[in-house]
Amino acid sequence: MGERRYRSASGAPVALRRRQHSASCRELSVRCPRLQLRSLSAVTSAVWLAAYGLFVLSENSMVLSAAIFITLFGLIIYLHFVKVDQESLLVIGSLGIQVTSSYASGRESTTFIEMGQVKDVVINEAIHMQKVIYYLCILLQDPGDPQGVSEVVPLFQSSKPRLDCLIEVYKSCQEILEQRKTAPQSS
Amino acid sequence: MVLKVFFPSCCSSAESGILIGRWISKQNSAVILAVVHFPFIPVQVKQYLSEVQRVTKVSVSVLGSWSNSKQEKEESLSEFLEDLGTIFSHEPWIQISKEGDSKFWSCSTLQKHSNNPKEEEIILVYYDQRKVMLSHLHSPLATATSTDHKADDASKLSAVFDTVAKSKILFMTDRYDDGPIKLTHWQSDGVEASIIMELMKQASVPACMLLTFLLSLISGICRSRVLKFWPLSFLWSKLSTCEQLGHRLQHLQFISSNKKAQNQTQLMRKANIFVSLLIDVALGILLMSWLYRKNRIGHLADTLIPVADHVAEELQDLLQWLMGAPAGLKMNRALDQVLGRFFLYHIHLWISYIHLMSPFIEMILWYVGLSACLGLTVALCILSDIIALLTFHIYCFYVYGARLYCLKIYGLSSLWRLFRGKKWNVLRQRVDSCSYDLDQLFIGTLLFTILLFLLPTTALYYLVFTLLRLLVVIVQGLIHLLVDLIDSLPLYSIILRLCRSYRLAAGVKFRVLEQQDGKPLRLLMQINPLSYSSVIQTYRLPTYSCYPKDSWTSLCKKLFLGELIYPWKHKGEKQD
Repeated sequence: MGERRYRSASGAPVALRRRQHSASCRELSVRCPRLQLRSLSAVTSAVWLAAYGLFVLSENSMVLSAAIFITLFGLIIYLHFVKVDQESLLVIGSLGIQVTSSYASGRESTTFIEMGQVKDVVINEAIHMQKVIYYLCILLQDPGDPQGVSEVVPLFQSSKPRLDCLIEVYKSCQEILEQRKTAPQSS
Repeated sequence: MVLKVFFPSCCSSAESGILIGRWISKQNSAVILAVVHFPFIPVQVKQYLSEVQRVTKVSVSVLGSWSNSKQEKEESLSEFLEDLGTIFSHEPWIQISKEGDSKFWSCSTLQKHSNNPKEEEIILVYYDQRKVMLSHLHSPLATATSTDHKADDASKLSAVFDTVAKSKILFMTDRYDDGPIKLTHWQSDGVEASIIMELMKQASVPACMLLTFLLSLISGICRSRVLKFWPLSFLWSKLSTCEQLGHRLQHLQFISSNKKAQNQTQLMRKANIFVSLLIDVALGILLMSWLYRKNRIGHLADTLIPVADHVAEELQDLLQWLMGAPAGLKMNRALDQVLGRFFLYHIHLWISYIHLMSPFIEMILWYVGLSACLGLTVALCILSDIIALLTFHIYCFYVYGARLYCLKIYGLSSLWRLFRGKKWNVLRQRVDSCSYDLDQLFIGTLLFTILLFLLPTTALYYLVFTLLRLLVVIVQGLIHLLVDLIDSLPLYSIILRLCRSYRLAAGVKFRVLEQQDGKPLRLLMQINPLSYSSVIQTYRLPTYSCYPKDSWTSLCKKLFLGELIYPWKHKGEKQD
């Protein structure tokens, strides 16, 4: 269904891709900006300059090798655990909602929430650092209390798209969630 | 509503036949367990299914038909399959057909007594039967369904997992058996088994019986009256080695019991204890071989006495420093000398005692080192006990200093109240005003002044010895923390999560496969394994762990008032 460009809360460009697999199955993925070579080289040069300064002061060459190791391990850990490449939402009516985060190293972390647990998908406001941002979240049903909400699961936490993108995702999700209300309860 | 069909991926290449499985009407989903091939007699199939239903308590029935035609679609076969729908009456009758090697199958349902003639959407979910059968679902909803009778709240996926797991008996017969029913499922190419596992299972029964007998002997000896006399029982309760040995004995008794494990949690616990014991003993033997090679234990014994001497000398220097003008503070000379000489004499006694023991140290240490073969945890506990014994004089000094300081503080607070004309009412647990006589006031004020001016000296001694005691306590605490870690780490669960991650499932994940218009939606259901932190949290072994008894504020309060502190509390100890 094509890709459209939006902006994240901090101004970086993100892309939303919508795919409809069937009448009750939709996939919405938001792609975050890639790791910039500029920032990578800036951080590496800063660390190595600091290490070289320490080396000049202390005359110990271990500082330089330690700096190289730190840079390498830090980059690997950053790519594997921190840098999110793409966040996607797979809504399968009558089965559930699946939230996937794919990291830059290829690792994928998935959570599947069954439809029986999902109360609703809403757009909420939050105070993040010095800004107030909008975010999309899934409200989970409290098993004991039909009116209550047991948990709030926030979506797209790394890419943080702005309201226009969130409205598109919200509309797509609600179309599928409405189907479960109109469908008969048991056959 | 949408119809969901859970199809095992191993049956994708099976020949035509009928589908058997479980129909979950509340969720409008069908879990297909196997395919029964032609030729079959419907009466025998129904008989077989009722047998299976009786044994497994899972309502297995014929759900539909499966046709896998390598050539063009045969009209007669499709009519025959529709007719089967009338023999095995099931609402709805599911018909799945595959043409040639095409990935996209056509799926339709036959509803005879349906209210809405509208065509409902079908979702085809492929699942790996063997993995789903072996895995254990850990979602919080799955644990709640066992107590919850409301099917609406039931987790749909745990129903699917349960169905497959309980139907193990269905997977025992396969296509090559001579019975009337020919099935295709994940074991249809022959039942797998491992000779080593079977042999181990056979050998474990007599081994367990032998172990139980030995353990009952040992625990009988331990509980005998001889060891219950007062000095010995006091000693056993203070030594952490005995606690650790008792703990391990309990573990051994647990795993050698004859009762089979009831459920998954008990089985994992037994396996964890077994692996933990094995690794512990292996590490202990490794440590022992390292210690005894090149006579390292002899060297250790030789350095023990000089270290103890060195510690005693350092303490003596410290006391001389305190008796002088420590950190520029001016002490009360008389009290200082008294306290200093008292503690110096104590150290002198201690050094003589150590020198008395010195010829026997090497032999004692050699034999004690042998007990490291019982496990690394036992060796660490012995180390902690040796540290406690060697620093016993520091403990004594701390107790003397603390008692003196505590006495002084209580005296001061009581005399301060007298100074202001108040009194502590024990009956009402509060401070009341009181009129004192003149001579009472005079003596009270005099005593108050004396105690106040002697306070810095006592406080300094108390501070120094408390710091030393805290240092020893921290070292012992770290060793106990390490012992706890080795005791409680569920190694078997972690290795299982590493090698067979599908066995411990936190949930599932779906992957959308290639689609074609007009054909049902195809999804692949895979198992989402539990994260390592949840594995450790769920399967942690309970220990007699030591944890801080007091919070930081109450600890500081106790230190300030001079009350004796025992920062680590063991779970088995009585509250004092």
